[in-house]
Amino acid sequence: MKFTKEHEWLRVEGDLVVVGITEHASEALGDVVFVELPEPETVVAAGDEISVIESVKAASDILAPVDGEIVAVNEKLVDNPGLVNEDPLGAAWFFKMKLDDLSVLDDFMDEDEYKDFIA
Amino acid sequence: MAEELLRLGLHDLHVELGGKMVPFAGYEMAVQYPAGVMKEHLHTRAAAGLFDVSHMGQVILRPKAGMEALCLGFEALMPVDVLGVAAGRQRYGLFTNETGGILDDLMFANRGDHLFVVVNAACKHADVAHMRAHLADVAELEFIQDRALLALQGPLAEAALARIEPAVAAMRFMDVGMFGDLWVSRSGYTGEDGYEISLPMAQAEGFARRLMDMPEVLPIGLGARDSLRLEAGLCLYGHDIDTTTSPVEAGLVWAIQKARKAGGAREGGFPGAAHILKELAEGPSRRRVGLRPDGRAPMREGTALFAGDAPAGQITSGGFGPSVNAPIAMGYVPVAQAKTGTALEGDVRAKRLPVTVADMPFNPTTYKR
Repeated sequence: MKFTKEHEWLRVEGDLVVVGITEHASEALGDVVFVELPEPETVVAAGDEISVIESVKAASDILAPVDGEIVAVNEKLVDNPGLVNEDPLGAAWFFKMKLDDLSVLDDFMDEDEYKDFIA
Repeated sequence: MAEELLRLGLHDLHVELGGKMVPFAGYEMAVQYPAGVMKEHLHTRAAAGLFDVSHMGQVILRPKAGMEALCLGFEALMPVDVLGVAAGRQRYGLFTNETGGILDDLMFANRGDHLFVVVNAACKHADVAHMRAHLADVAELEFIQDRALLALQGPLAEAALARIEPAVAAMRFMDVGMFGDLWVSRSGYTGEDGYEISLPMAQAEGFARRLMDMPEVLPIGLGARDSLRLEAGLCLYGHDIDTTTSPVEAGLVWAIQKARKAGGAREGGFPGAAHILKELAEGPSRRRVGLRPDGRAPMREGTALFAGDAPAGQITSGGFGPSVNAPIAMGYVPVAQAKTGTALEGDVRAKRLPVTVADMPFNPTTYKR
């Protein structure tokens, strides 16, 4: 699993990348009450604000971590935003992306580096 | 450079409890404890929540020329019937300015031989200066610095507090009583039954721990305090009311008793009276209303509202209501759009989303009247 400085995790699944937010991020946000997902089949660029997450405290944007195409979104989060707090690294994935070249993931932090980053 | 934050007397206890400390009204305060805002909110509605509100201003006004003169002097600052408050009772009040805006909202109690006043933290120094300037002839003012203020709120607040002071069980909503060092009122700002307790700072930690040792009681942070008061339809000063909003616009007409209205025994005679009495007679041009977004996306403070293409005011408080399990908000809209059920739109992240004018409170209040 790889991690971004925006507290997203990236996991390779076949030729896709699954994206969610880290436990650290979900704890900092507090209870999540609303998730807005990107449209499937849209092409996005790294840094695009493609998703919104609202907690009891505030709204935050989720950025596309890399260039690619959104191929699937987790509709379960729309009905049950609290999943983001319950299982941020598992059931609460946000979207799946198709990338031209998976090697771009090498630039992101691994788990140890992310732990140092948030320490 | 950030302004240096003050610490509450119970600061170390909040940190020990795992409170996430944030700046609020010049103080470092716990926005939440490990349970989190949602659980803290729901726990308060189901059992009892303990809030440290010691940042608020506590003031005693002792009469210099008799209680009647003191009450009449205090009335000259507010569109409120002070003289009619019986000993042992508390009332909601608001200081107005010359243009009919609100300088602060407050609670005051008649404690027989003096008045006890509790004001908002962010306004307390200005309020004290305001009272000193206008009440010099009728009141000796004591700005209390050595007492904590705790609120115990929720359906099991009575059972919990009565274990320490049994007499509180007999109090009704807005009664006040002094039990030794404990100054208790049956009131709060959550829409729940409950109490606010002023006590000497030296006793506050032991008292708070004794309450939190009870299975009913959890510490509650500012986050849940805000969602609880929003569900109860209560105004937050500096957001829903301020110097630019009148009590009539704010829907606080219930706080202006008959004696101070046109034709009343002591009509007018408060700052901004001409404006406020005119607004009472003719109606305001805008009103504070409850708002329910039709979708799941919260609409926060500052969200612009529209009726068709026409601007229709804005949201002054908004978020998620854990007990109603939906986003809720309040804001000011033109009177033409103020009727319950009116369909409006709110501008959320450059999208117009539907929102409907709704009755408040969003969650029924459970005061023990």
